[in-house]
Order: sequence, then C-alpha cells, then structure tokens
Amino acid sequence: MKQFWVFIKKEFLQVFRDQRTLLMLFGLPVAEIILFGFALSNDIKNANIAVIDYSRDVASQQLVEKIKSSGYFQVHEVLMSHEELEAAFKRGKIKLAVIFPTNFYQDLSHLNKAQIQVIADASDPNTATELTGYISSIVTDYQLKSATGARPSYVIVPEVRMLYNPELASAPNFVPGVMAMILLLICVMMGSVSIVKEKELGTMEILLVSPFKPILIIFAKMVPYLIISMFNVASILVLSVYLLDMPIRGSIPLLFVESFLYIVTGLSLGLLISTQTDSQQTAMFSSMLGMMLPTMLLSGYMFPIENMPKILQGLSYLVPSRWYYNIVKDIMLKGLGFSAIWKETLILLVMTAVALVVSLRSFKIRLE
Amino acid sequence: MRTLRFLLQKEFIQIFRDKAVFRLIIVGPMLQLLILPLVANYEVKDINLALVDNDHSSYSQKLVEKIMSSGYFRLSDNESSYEEAMPGIENDNSDLILEIPQNFEKDLVREGTQKVFIAVDAINGVKAALGSAYLNTIIGDFNNDIEMEWVQSEPATSSFTIDIATSYWYNPLMVYFILMVPGLLVNLLTSVGGMQAALNIVREKEIGTIEQINVTPIKKHIFILGKLIPYALMGLAIFTIGLLIGRFVYGIVPLGNVFLLYFFAITYMFALLGFGLLISTYCDTQQQAISLVFFFIMIFQMMSGLYTSVDNMPDWAQTIAYCLPTTYFVEAIRMIVLKGSGVSDVLGHFGAILLFGIILNSWAIWNYKKTS
Repeated sequence: MKQFWVFIKKEFLQVFRDQRTLLMLFGLPVAEIILFGFALSNDIKNANIAVIDYSRDVASQQLVEKIKSSGYFQVHEVLMSHEELEAAFKRGKIKLAVIFPTNFYQDLSHLNKAQIQVIADASDPNTATELTGYISSIVTDYQLKSATGARPSYVIVPEVRMLYNPELASAPNFVPGVMAMILLLICVMMGSVSIVKEKELGTMEILLVSPFKPILIIFAKMVPYLIISMFNVASILVLSVYLLDMPIRGSIPLLFVESFLYIVTGLSLGLLISTQTDSQQTAMFSSMLGMMLPTMLLSGYMFPIENMPKILQGLSYLVPSRWYYNIVKDIMLKGLGFSAIWKETLILLVMTAVALVVSLRSFKIRLE
Repeated sequence: MRTLRFLLQKEFIQIFRDKAVFRLIIVGPMLQLLILPLVANYEVKDINLALVDNDHSSYSQKLVEKIMSSGYFRLSDNESSYEEAMPGIENDNSDLILEIPQNFEKDLVREGTQKVFIAVDAINGVKAALGSAYLNTIIGDFNNDIEMEWVQSEPATSSFTIDIATSYWYNPLMVYFILMVPGLLVNLLTSVGGMQAALNIVREKEIGTIEQINVTPIKKHIFILGKLIPYALMGLAIFTIGLLIGRFVYGIVPLGNVFLLYFFAITYMFALLGFGLLISTYCDTQQQAISLVFFFIMIFQMMSGLYTSVDNMPDWAQTIAYCLPTTYFVEAIRMIVLKGSGVSDVLGHFGAILLFGIILNSWAIWNYKKTS
C-alpha cells in the first residue's frame, strides 16, 4: 500500500512538472463551458431580411412597420430587381425577402384579397421555417386586427408554461452536453496518452520489471487525472451557477458522486484504448474518433435522438456521455433524486466494469 | 529543391508506415461524413404529448382528435391529473402535458371562452418552442372551426385575406443534410490539418529526432515545407473523397465552381497547417500539443457556425467567430455549394482565410528555432 502512495506521488510530480499541460487541463474546459454556454444558441435573433415594397401604400407600409417592430428582424427596405435579389442571397446578405406587389392596397380594398411573396434562403431549413413562420403570424395578426367587427379571435386560450427553463435559454441544454463531452474527452485522452507515453518512451519496461504490481501502476496513473477532473466538475458547476445563472435544483453531493463515476468510466475507457495502441498519436486519434464524434452526434444534446434512424438510436445506447448528459439534466435542471437516474448509473457502472475487465485482461506485462 | 524531395519522401514513408494512424485519418472522416447527416436532423416531429383530460366531453375529445391527427404529436400518456403526468416529463417519456380543465365544454358554451394548460419540458429550447407553437396553431384552427359552427347563421363579416406565397430557394425539399455535408467537409480538413502537423513535429521533438535534423544544413523553411506538404496533399485527398461522398451518397452537386472550392480548400489547409505549426513551436510534448489542439479544434467546431448559426450568437461571440478561419470557410463553402455563389461573392472570405494563413505561418516560422 505504501508503494502505491509512492507511485501516486510520482504521477502527481510528473503531472505538476508539466505546467503547461496542467494549465490546459484546468483552464481550457472551464473556458470552453463558459464560451459555449454564452455563445451557442438556436434562437434566431436579428435576421437580415429585405422588404421590397413596389406598392408603397397605407396597407403595405403598416405591414412593413409591423414587421420592423416585431424585433425578430433587421429589415432592409430597398427596391431591387430579381437579379439583385438573387445576388443578395448569394452573397449571404439576407436570409429572407418579403415582396409586396404593386396595387397591394387597391387589391385589398377592392377585391378583399391580396398577395405578398416571401422568398426564404432554405439552405438552412430550420431558419427558413422559423422566419417564414414569424412573417406569416405577423400577417395573420394584421389581418385579424384590421378585420371589421372582429370578434375575440381566441375562444380557447392555451396557457403555456415552460418547465425547467422559462426563458428558453440555450445554456441549460448546452452546458450539460458540453460538460459531458469535455469531461469524457479529457479523461479518455489523457488517460490513454499518459500510459502510451511510457510505452513509447520505453519507461514502461522499467516500471514493469519493478517488483510492484502492474495493475497498481496503471491505477496510480489514473489518480491525478481523476482529481483534476473532479476539480473541473466543481469549477464548471460554480461558474454555470454564478455566471450562466443555471440552477442546481437537485442534490449537489449526488451530482458529484455521479460525476465521479463518469470520470472513472472515462479513465477506464482510456485504459482500454491504451492497451490496444502503441503510439500517442494512435491513442489520441482513437480517443477523438471513439469519444468526440459519438458524444457530439449521439448523446442527444445536439441532435434529438428520436429523429435518428433506428440503428443509430441503438448505437447511442453505447455512448457513455448520453447517460451522463441525462443524469446532469435530471439532477441540475429537473431536481430529481437517485430514483430517477438509477438506470443511467447502472449502465455507467456496467460500462466501467466491462472496460476495466477487458483492458486488464489484455494488458501485457511481458515485453514483446 | 532536392533536399525538399528527400524530406517529402521521408515524411510519406513515415506516414504510411504507421498503419493505425493512417487508417484513423482516413476512416474517421469518412465515418463522420456518412453518419452525421443522418443524425443531424433538427426536424421536430413525434412530440410526445401526455394528456390530462378532466372533462371527457365531446369538445375536449374533438380537440384531442384534432391535435393527434396533425401528425406532429404522439400520445405518450393519458393520466387523470397533472401530478400523475409529471413523472412522464421527468423521465423523458413525454415532452409536454396538455391539461384540459373540468367543465371545459360547459364553460366554453356558456361563457364562450375557456383555458387549456400546456406545460412543456423546455430544457431543449427549440423543441419546446416548436412544440408549443404547433399546439397553439392547432388550437387556433380549432377555434375557427368552433366559430364557424356557432356563427354559421350570421352573414359573413367584411374581412379580407392576404395570401402569402412562400418559396424556399436553394433547398425546396427543406432537407437538413444539404446544409451539413459541405460544413462537415470543412470539419474534416480542420481535424486533419490542425492536428497532424502539430503532433508530427512535436513527436520529433519528444523523441529527439528533431535534433538530428537540426544539425543538418537543411534550412528552416525547407524543413517546414517538408512537414506541411504531405498533410496538405492528404487534406486535399480527403476533401475530394468527401465531395464524392456528397455527390454519390447524398446527391449534392456543387452549384458553384468546383475549382473555386479547391482554391478555398488549399488556402484553408495553408492556414490550418500554419496553425498546427505554430502550436508545435510552443509545445515540447505530444501531451501538451494534444490538449492545446483539442481545445482549439473544439472552438473551431463549435464557434464556426457548423452546428449552430453564427447569427444567433451574441455580438461579442460573433466577433470571436469571425476571428477563426473556419467560420469563413464554412460560410463560403455553403454559399458555393448550395447557392452557386461566384468568385466576387466570396472574395472577402477568401481574403480572410489567406490573411490567417500568412499571419499564422509567418508567426510559426519566426517562432521556430533550430537551436534551443
């Protein structure tokens, strides 16, 4: 046991000696959470649109005013030809164009019917849908308000309550996701690289011929990263509460215990990778490919899992970050207790156990 | 020139010798390109709705029928109280709860107005906003239906209608992968270009072989060129494969000029390799390089507008986004591939990437010392 402590001390010395890596391990995850927490958003604000009003009459101007004051758009009121319009789209200057034909008001007052044209840049289909949706609701609203003898338009009034995230902010969704991704990557990458490094530099052989048990050597290597990652969890949580105004509605100790488990899962996966590879580059690419992509794609924080093809949905069960993302969401935002997340916890435990067993079995203590 | 040729030969031998890395470099991007467009589907459908109908009247049933027949919703739960429906939200079985109060029909008929309660799981803001918007529209329609039913006898009021003719340019079918595939090509170049060069040089530092090169009369810039050219070529090869996958798997034919795309790809590789080089001059161990590269690649990916639009970011974040070469390339490649934008439309983007390339490379060469 005493030897084990000595080894842990050695690993700590090595990690702390490399101050640049240390700074990155502490600073970068936190910086990224903050950056992404503030910056990433799927809400559309201030989209540039063009309003081309050939009619310039009472009705069209009223509508244009309404569009301007809605706050969704940055309106550019210009007259342009079809070619100019196309050029503006191609240069990416505008995302949508609203075109009022000549005689808009006349048509409206005489025929009781008029048409406006909306052209959306649908290369980003979601933005296009939302923007046209805004325009049509503004027009409908205008119609209803101008209709003579209008009755109250709604008979059944829906009262909507946004649970957990009343302002529909993006941070509550992104922070748990980015946290799951960064923690996993750091643990897997650093865990695997630190072991493979000894292999590559040849120092592993020196360790292996020592009378000390190889398994304990490996575990000792993981301890510093475990502690650093726990510090990261703490600082990420503090910052998201005080800087990003995120709540922690559930139990904080529970959150830490689950994070601990998740970090151990990550380190075991790193260990698994390290037994299969011989160079730091391979280890790094395997971790990137094996962890970053699946986390980004299949954990559910970027893209809804329900929309994926069935095979990929099945594949997403194998991604540890998917479960941790759920755990963080449940504890932090929904304020649920252990009973709601025991399944996720169990899955992470099983993953850890499998990774550990497989890697300990394939860990070679003999030289080739 | 001869020195460069030998250096290139050496680099290529080294790259191809390490089969595992080589495979990862090629396979990784391909997998990403094949899977991501399937996954990246933001279309919100099959919203899980938990129903709490306290009224069980003919009107409440009509409303529910109307909602269900819209195709956007799936009935996940049918409970007798809000409290009982809540666990469904908590364990993600339901996305929203629709509660119809008691005496719904009675009040509706007598007072002409009534409320329904909708509670949405709003952690994912987009889904919440869309789900409640759909529900609002459907209830609005339902209102019109009732009105029609009730006021049929009255003469039509003198209202007018404005038709909105909407056309969706560049992507009439509104599929999402059209947006994702070109952006992902940039991502592939980023991960190959940014990481490889940096790791390669730092590896020589760590193992000590760089000392051997330093004592040879090879010039600084020749050595660096020897490191950059293989990866630039590799990046272009991957870019080509990516374009082919886009063409034959997803049927995306670039509307704009393909040569223009390659010009961009080359310039972008130049900038990114410069970036990798710069990192390598500041790092002594692969571990340092890995953590630094990883940090920047995350930022390149997340901030470049690949996944979430740059326009949605707050102003200060947009400033950061436009300090990354990736943002310009993602924008430009989407414009060229999807809209057929020409040289004059993307000249600014091109200039920006070129500028990054020049700055990063000169900085790196200036900072690279043969003697320590």
